Amino acid sequence: MAIELLGGRVLSPYFGSSVYVWGSIITVFMLSLSLGYLWGGRLSSRNPNPVLYAMFFFAAALFCLPIIFLAETTMNGIFLWIEDPRYGSLMAALLLYFLPICLMGMVSPYSIRLLVRSEEHSGRTAGLLYFVSTLGSALGTLMTSFYFVLWFEIDQIMWGLISVLIFSGISVLLTYQLPGQTKPVEITAMQGDN
Amino acid sequence: MWIAMQEHVLKGEAARSLLFGTLLGIGLSIGMLPQAADAQSNIIHEERSMYRNIAVTEGNGRRCMLFNQHRGDRNQTCMDLADPKRLVFHYTRMSLAGLLLNPQPKNILIAGLGGGSIPVSMHELFPEAMIDVLEIDPAVVRVAERFFNFREGDRLDVHVVDARVFIKRAALQGRQYDYIMLDAFTGEYIPEHLLTREFLEEVSQLLTPDGVLVANTFSTSELYDHESVTYRAVFGSFYNFKLPVSGNRVIIARKGGVPSQAGLSSIARNLHEQLEPYGVPILEYPARLSTSADWDESKRVLTDQYSPGNLLN
Repeated sequence: MAIELLGGRVLSPYFGSSVYVWGSIITVFMLSLSLGYLWGGRLSSRNPNPVLYAMFFFAAALFCLPIIFLAETTMNGIFLWIEDPRYGSLMAALLLYFLPICLMGMVSPYSIRLLVRSEEHSGRTAGLLYFVSTLGSALGTLMTSFYFVLWFEIDQIMWGLISVLIFSGISVLLTYQLPGQTKPVEITAMQGDN
Repeated sequence: MWIAMQEHVLKGEAARSLLFGTLLGIGLSIGMLPQAADAQSNIIHEERSMYRNIAVTEGNGRRCMLFNQHRGDRNQTCMDLADPKRLVFHYTRMSLAGLLLNPQPKNILIAGLGGGSIPVSMHELFPEAMIDVLEIDPAVVRVAERFFNFREGDRLDVHVVDARVFIKRAALQGRQYDYIMLDAFTGEYIPEHLLTREFLEEVSQLLTPDGVLVANTFSTSELYDHESVTYRAVFGSFYNFKLPVSGNRVIIARKGGVPSQAGLSSIARNLHEQLEPYGVPILEYPARLSTSADWDESKRVLTDQYSPGNLLN
């Protein structure tokens, strides 16, 4: 959600802040998450392992880098290519945000697979995960829109979010080497997701 | 004005609930005393757009356009029904002060239509000039045409577009304007991407060497400092134009700094007759322009990376 809010600011110098710019961003985020859920769920049914799970975080962090380094070039190209700011903003949002957000979406179903011990507890586990990840989203939204944009530049906030992703990935790897301590780390990880 | 709106709403409610209506009516009549002059205003049109609620009110010989009036916002723009030429608000009159730096504009760009009073008066004053008006909200254009005598013409074009998008593209196409007005701030929500250094640099690319930029901006809150610092960073020294009677501040800038104030009074005398029908006291303006920094110069420049305008206001 923090990334989504910043997305509006990243796009506005090229496509304005009209309602359709937000439409583009929300559409792309929803689309990316939905496909991420689907693929993450599929991957989890084949040999689920924490190393791959940690890779989701590292890859998401990696794919956030173009938002910092390539956004200007990308949007400049699109601005020259597509005149209509509706489709321009949609294309820009797609190119910049699809991969990282898709990977973040993959985290959720994979977490459920790793955490669920029995069918009996599956609902409870999923509920806990939704709770943590949506609460993380709420916090991310609040902190970003109320405070972060007042204290930091957009790229500085992005670096912060990338660090959280990397930190989450590392925590996953470390924790799975010490058996019996899974849960707390999952929770940190899910907050990083959003 | 807000009180008048409340009254309008209350008439319906009182019919439904006598007690409720009466109680509020008592509160209303107490609150209404200082605003009695506005009491006869009626809403003649209401429209909900993608961006805001627009209301047109009429009373005391004025017709006004209001945005989000239920939140008690001020009038966006008003027209004097008996004398439609006359500019009702100080800030609209003040925005013609840019003519002191360029008395004969030929290509004019105006960001923000409102009721169209500025574009219309510029069009009347300079019928030969090409005028582009940018307005993000198609509903505002409709209301301006229907209720405020606004008409597009051969030399007066309205583009329904975000100002940043138009200006960026115009710069790429190498367009030039010798009079640019930024009036896209409605008071309740600030388009933060129109406050940044990068945006002003794009605007400055559109300016001819002797072109003038007139920006109607904020005179209160922390944003005043940030904005002043940002304009300084892009344009160097500019004229800061404030009147004791108005809550607005108008920035008048030119690429590479403004000329000395010495010649402005004679230009004002030449403009005086032309501007009189619009109620613009241009003769008083030169003395009100100042280049000195009355803001906190240590404040941060607003950029595309850092522009929390709505949090600073």
